[in-house]
Amino acid sequence: MIAFAELLERLVFTPGRLAKVALLRRYFATQPDPDRGFGLAALTGELAFQAAKPAMIRALVEERTDPVLFAMSRDYVGDLAETVALIWPAAPSNAGPPRMTEVVQTLISTPKSELPFVLTGWLDASDASVRYALIKLITGELRVGASARLAKVALAEVAEGRIAADEIEEVWHGLTPPYTPLFAWIGGSGPRPDPAGAPVFRSPMLAHPLEAPDIAALIPSAFRAEWKWDGIRVQLVATPLGRRIFSRGADDISGAFPEIVEAMAFHGVLDGELLVLRDGQVAPFADLQQRLNRKAPGAKAQRDYPVAVRLYDLLFDEAEDLRPLPFDTRRERLEAWYARHSPPRMDLSELIPFTTVDELSVIRDGTRAASIEGLMLKRGDSAYVPGRPKGQWWKWKRDPLTIDAVVMYAQRGHGKRSSYYSDYTFGLWREDGELVPVGKAYSGFTDAELVTLDRWIRNHTTNRFGPVREVEHGLVLEIAFDAAQRSNRHKSGVALRFPRVARVRMDKPAIEADQLDTLMRLIEPGAVQA
Amino acid sequence: MPHPETWLKVMPDGLFCEPGGFYMDPLRPVARAIITHAHADHARPGHDAVLASPETLALMDVRMGEGRAGAVQQALRYGEAITIGEVRVWMQPAGHVLGSAQVAMEWRGSRAVVSGDYKRQPDPTCLPFVPIPCDVFVTEATFALPVFRHPPAEHEIAKLLDSVSLFPERTHVVGAYALGKAQRLIALLRQAGWDRPIYLHGAQIPLCTAYGRLGIPLGELLPATVAEKDKLKGAIVIAPPSAIADRWARRLAEPVVCNASGWMRVRQRARSKGVELPLVISDHCDWDELNQTLDEVAAPEVWVTHGREEALIHEAAKRGIRGRALRLVGYGDEQEDLPEAAKTEPTVA
Repeated sequence: MIAFAELLERLVFTPGRLAKVALLRRYFATQPDPDRGFGLAALTGELAFQAAKPAMIRALVEERTDPVLFAMSRDYVGDLAETVALIWPAAPSNAGPPRMTEVVQTLISTPKSELPFVLTGWLDASDASVRYALIKLITGELRVGASARLAKVALAEVAEGRIAADEIEEVWHGLTPPYTPLFAWIGGSGPRPDPAGAPVFRSPMLAHPLEAPDIAALIPSAFRAEWKWDGIRVQLVATPLGRRIFSRGADDISGAFPEIVEAMAFHGVLDGELLVLRDGQVAPFADLQQRLNRKAPGAKAQRDYPVAVRLYDLLFDEAEDLRPLPFDTRRERLEAWYARHSPPRMDLSELIPFTTVDELSVIRDGTRAASIEGLMLKRGDSAYVPGRPKGQWWKWKRDPLTIDAVVMYAQRGHGKRSSYYSDYTFGLWREDGELVPVGKAYSGFTDAELVTLDRWIRNHTTNRFGPVREVEHGLVLEIAFDAAQRSNRHKSGVALRFPRVARVRMDKPAIEADQLDTLMRLIEPGAVQA
Repeated sequence: MPHPETWLKVMPDGLFCEPGGFYMDPLRPVARAIITHAHADHARPGHDAVLASPETLALMDVRMGEGRAGAVQQALRYGEAITIGEVRVWMQPAGHVLGSAQVAMEWRGSRAVVSGDYKRQPDPTCLPFVPIPCDVFVTEATFALPVFRHPPAEHEIAKLLDSVSLFPERTHVVGAYALGKAQRLIALLRQAGWDRPIYLHGAQIPLCTAYGRLGIPLGELLPATVAEKDKLKGAIVIAPPSAIADRWARRLAEPVVCNASGWMRVRQRARSKGVELPLVISDHCDWDELNQTLDEVAAPEVWVTHGREEALIHEAAKRGIRGRALRLVGYGDEQEDLPEAAKTEPTVA
């Protein structure tokens, strides 16, 4: 548990992706089986045991400490788990801290009534760092800012290039902790674990954004066009051993969409977009968010926000792997498959006929529905390849909307940007002359512009609140965004989708920035974001 | 025997010894001051007569410039007693930084000890704290909560060196106060076998040089400000806490931001400062060491200058020790937030 606690400690404070991978790689490369496997399961949230209540932890510490001092300490530190980890009085003994494996196996097998006794012994034998990891693990609050994907990238690095992260992804959901066969495979001492019909995730094929030079080189006859829907990309996997809905990042989100799982009465793997669909009309993304926030939706949520999957691609039909086939062939197979199964809560993504790029460009500019982000262009002869192969698939987003907004607050960034004020809260003018915040942007500018912005922020600060600086109303940013939606959560009554800095308008006086009304007129009709 | 309350008084300018006519670590310029150590919140410029250990006087001169650290300076070695007014005064090491001293005062058979800031962990750059039995012990309480238990400093240094080996292409920049903490870090790194040059922010250089002059060897030290970025790959740089995550640090190679402070024990503190590798190294006592010290000096009464006095007084009361909160303002907690630490370049050559 010492190595795991140390890993946890460093992951929590490490902002950089590469540094996190390096930390994970070392943990996996140096820890023995099955400790590292249980560590991996803890990090990826795959451990199944009943979490202890914070009240149990509090009761334990109250037996051991002066209540006055504990209360003062709790006030000072804030977090309960951290306070307990720090304040727990040392009880020197010969027993070392427990191993990861012992902890996990005990948690799975120990009846709840015995847990306080077991935990006390562990806390006595550990230092503050191990105590913290133990308490977080036991209460099910282990959040470390390292995604499951990052762990797989690190595992691939342990394999020193012999195995790609995507290949690990393809066997992952067929495995269980402590993943001994996986580590044997990665270490070169065992075969690739065979998922053997388990519903596993396949890394999806992704598209490159289409830029001006690419447009010129585009051969229209080689490409097929589809709408790019503003939902979430999902993979539906159904085998005789089970049904799963995976997000693009390989998270199993089946539990959140039981009606889709129910509709998956087939065996195969499909790629599609999860949308809220009412009478065939796609609702704005804000509606889908109502469902994404719930782990297990009630009947009302299912009724108010009815979901469906718009199918893009067929990867497996029964056990047949269609991925090496060209897109056109897969599309034929998809249409035939759909005609054969006609599953409820699913429809086909329509192909948009076109003959020239100009024609496509007009179609793209003509769409203003909030639910359409733009167009997808896929080569008719493209095999389905994980990742982002060059020149195969393009996403051609519609032009963003823009407003000129005034910077109101700035906050320091993270990692490489921690010395820069790189997150900007911007506002628009209300009729009464008050500036109202409407959003936050932290991308879109060049490194050189960031230096200028950072200097401006530092020289025009009027107030500080911890890491946040309030600034003079004197800097205008042209903000690009994909859509404006009505919102009850924001003081301004409006929320922006994907706001980013399009241009720094040092030339423009703040008073000439846009009015809030201008933005309100850009709101597309649709549901209200709660 | 007069109770120390009758002759040792809290005045607006600080703690005043009436029968001796002197202040200890006064906040504003006074006629006679005894200075426990050279940190900015305890040693302020502009006093007429200053009494302190020879090392403290030397470090005050470096920090403030010749002539500003007392018009008349008098050095007092540890263990040497003198009489000021009607009071017998001597000093013993406080273990806080080089030259740091506790001030012991005796008047008409009653003895009080003002400890200044002190610590009990071993420190290769200064003499260890010596407990002095007394009637009133005046203590700080910076880390007086049972959540503060400093691990051995060697353990934290090992953590730093482990990180350097894991990220050999990056610069490890460690935030450390320029007086005491920086030199202790360097000495600990040397003890752990780190014999490569250690790079310094400009604000760290004068005091490190002074430590060398005072007989504390620190190995090869180079200025970080003018070093090439490539040279700083895999290097350890020591800088004021205010500089480690700000503009100054941009010259470093993908810095791993580290901070050496007792506060690093609390995650939120580390996170709010953007620290990637917190190192719990303090020049103050932790909770156990404070209580151990109260037991060793065996004073029936303890006065607490600043910090988390409520907790310490509560704990002392359980052992029959009477506690009194002096609530002296103007003394900082590990110097992190004091103006001097915020300076990014030295004012003294």
